[in-house]
Amino acid sequence: MTTAQPRTGAAQLWAGADAAGGSGASNSRARAARRARNFSANAFGLIIALVTLFPIFWMVSTAFKPSQEIFSLTPSLLPTHPTLGNFSTVMSGRASGIGSVWLFFRNSLAVTLATVLIASLFSLLASVAVARFRFRFRSSFLIMLLVVQMIPAQALIVALFVDFNKLGLLANLGGLVIVYAAQALPVSIWMLRNFVATVPRDLDEAAAIDGASSATIFRKILFPLVMPGLVATSIFSFITAYNEFIVALTFLGQAHSSFTLPIYVTYFFGRGGAQWGPIMAASTLYTVPVLIFFMLVRRRLVGGLVAGAVKG
Amino acid sequence: MADTVQRRPAVRRPGPPAGPGPARPPAPARVRAGAFIRRHKLAPYLLLLPALAGIALVLLWPLVQVVLFSLQNYGLPQLTGALPTQWVGLANFSHTLTDPEFWLSLRTTVLFAAVVVPLTLITGTGVGLLLNRLGRKMSAFVSTAALLAWATPPVSASVLFYWLFNPDGGLVDWALARMPTWLVGSTNWAQYNWTTTGALQAYTVATLLVVWTSFPFIAVSVLAGLKTVPAELYEAARVDGASRSRVFRQITYPLLKPIFLVLLLLSVIWDFNIFTQTYILTGFPGNQNEYNLSLYIYDKAFGFPPSYGLGGALALIFTIIVLVITVSYVRASVRQGALT
Repeated sequence: MTTAQPRTGAAQLWAGADAAGGSGASNSRARAARRARNFSANAFGLIIALVTLFPIFWMVSTAFKPSQEIFSLTPSLLPTHPTLGNFSTVMSGRASGIGSVWLFFRNSLAVTLATVLIASLFSLLASVAVARFRFRFRSSFLIMLLVVQMIPAQALIVALFVDFNKLGLLANLGGLVIVYAAQALPVSIWMLRNFVATVPRDLDEAAAIDGASSATIFRKILFPLVMPGLVATSIFSFITAYNEFIVALTFLGQAHSSFTLPIYVTYFFGRGGAQWGPIMAASTLYTVPVLIFFMLVRRRLVGGLVAGAVKG
Repeated sequence: MADTVQRRPAVRRPGPPAGPGPARPPAPARVRAGAFIRRHKLAPYLLLLPALAGIALVLLWPLVQVVLFSLQNYGLPQLTGALPTQWVGLANFSHTLTDPEFWLSLRTTVLFAAVVVPLTLITGTGVGLLLNRLGRKMSAFVSTAALLAWATPPVSASVLFYWLFNPDGGLVDWALARMPTWLVGSTNWAQYNWTTTGALQAYTVATLLVVWTSFPFIAVSVLAGLKTVPAELYEAARVDGASRSRVFRQITYPLLKPIFLVLLLLSVIWDFNIFTQTYILTGFPGNQNEYNLSLYIYDKAFGFPPSYGLGGALALIFTIIVLVITVSYVRASVRQGALT
């Protein structure tokens, strides 16, 4: 980011309505410098955005290319003869040999929704306890949450595998839901308790005096006010479950019909040889819905993101 | 959980046994309110119970088991019950600590984090500062692009980068082969194999991949932090004629320091833990020399023959390393007032 007049410094950098000061000549010079700087910032921003978007663009573009274009010696940015062939092979299950992509889509969706529901409910209850009551071990509980969310899944997976094998929950979507919901809980509670804490206590005390039962207070007062927080934590548990890899990989093994989308894409990638068209079509179908979803919930995301320190 | 089910109705029942107000006529509303208040002693524990049960069963108990496994010869015959488990003392640990592959994988893990963490933080902070300066439209465009990179599932991103760096038809090799020699060296880039040539090449791709997915989070966090810096400070600096770098060093950085600390620790933990990306990029179970610690553990535990004892010992070592970093993270969070 080279600029015309680096020495003019802070005056233009934090430019608000700073054109008022200074003589006419230096004023127009300053304005020119500011314009140059804005231009270079915008150009820089544009480059960053395009570089960042490029891999995703390339995935989608490859998914629409016939195979002779994919392996062409001069790759083109956009498919010259766009085709839906890759998608239809993926949907028919011909390419992977273990079934249509819809089967895995359904598995992933079921696991994700169940995780979101259970994690939301349990974390809401727990966050009410943490935000509304002072009790022994409260701080210990909170610190335990912080520590526990940091324990890497690859450390626990050995024991989880042995346990769930004993319980007969290995090649089973329910087993995944149990693990995912528990994994989502620490961060969800941590995020939600802030939202619960903002609900004024007078409100439910007043309701209690008016004779509302605690269930009514919960449903009519707390729940609507905590809703934005629930949305944020739901997004978090959604990502946890939808993206999860190591547990599904270990638990599902060769149980093809229970594969979730990430395991299916990995299996396909490992077995599919160089079928880049269908592989990219499969990962497009896995990725694009979640990208659209994130665009839609974007506004709510940023606050929750920062609150809960979430990473995909 | 059975506890909850049994206790709750007893506590909630607004009937005569729960109403201790002999002086007043039985007013159901007041009695219920009284029951509600009396419940306060037990209520937090009941509310915590489901979450605590889940966390204990899926996160805490396995941790205990990992410790137990690490002292046993737990393998496939023990899993199926064909043979009894035996306590083997510290044999798993001594086996691990004398395995050169373990040290190699640890070295790879540490080096990878040492490169990726600063790269991610610098890129993310740079983009965060840029986002703060851009106009509304451009800022929205750049942050949307970043959001999409961040939201791409790790499996898709890894497969995608594998394809971009693929020797047969991959875009990167094609582009590198067409660049002038003075820029890209005399390596024959056409059909250059990034993922199987060696750890350095594979982890170069992994570095780009992880920076690509992680910088948006840093950028958004830094941006959120920047928004909290009072504008008057910058105004005052401007009046005093402070230079841009000085404003960053003396205003922005000190105010964002707590955020940076948390982001640094989180990044260290995340990049230390990386599994999905390296699993796919190295084509697990591929070349042992390309394992990081996570892949090494996975291979020992579930490879052939599976050894949950060895895996347990490794998991314990791994957890201890991560928890040491986590303790600093927790302390940083607590100092920021996260517990209030």
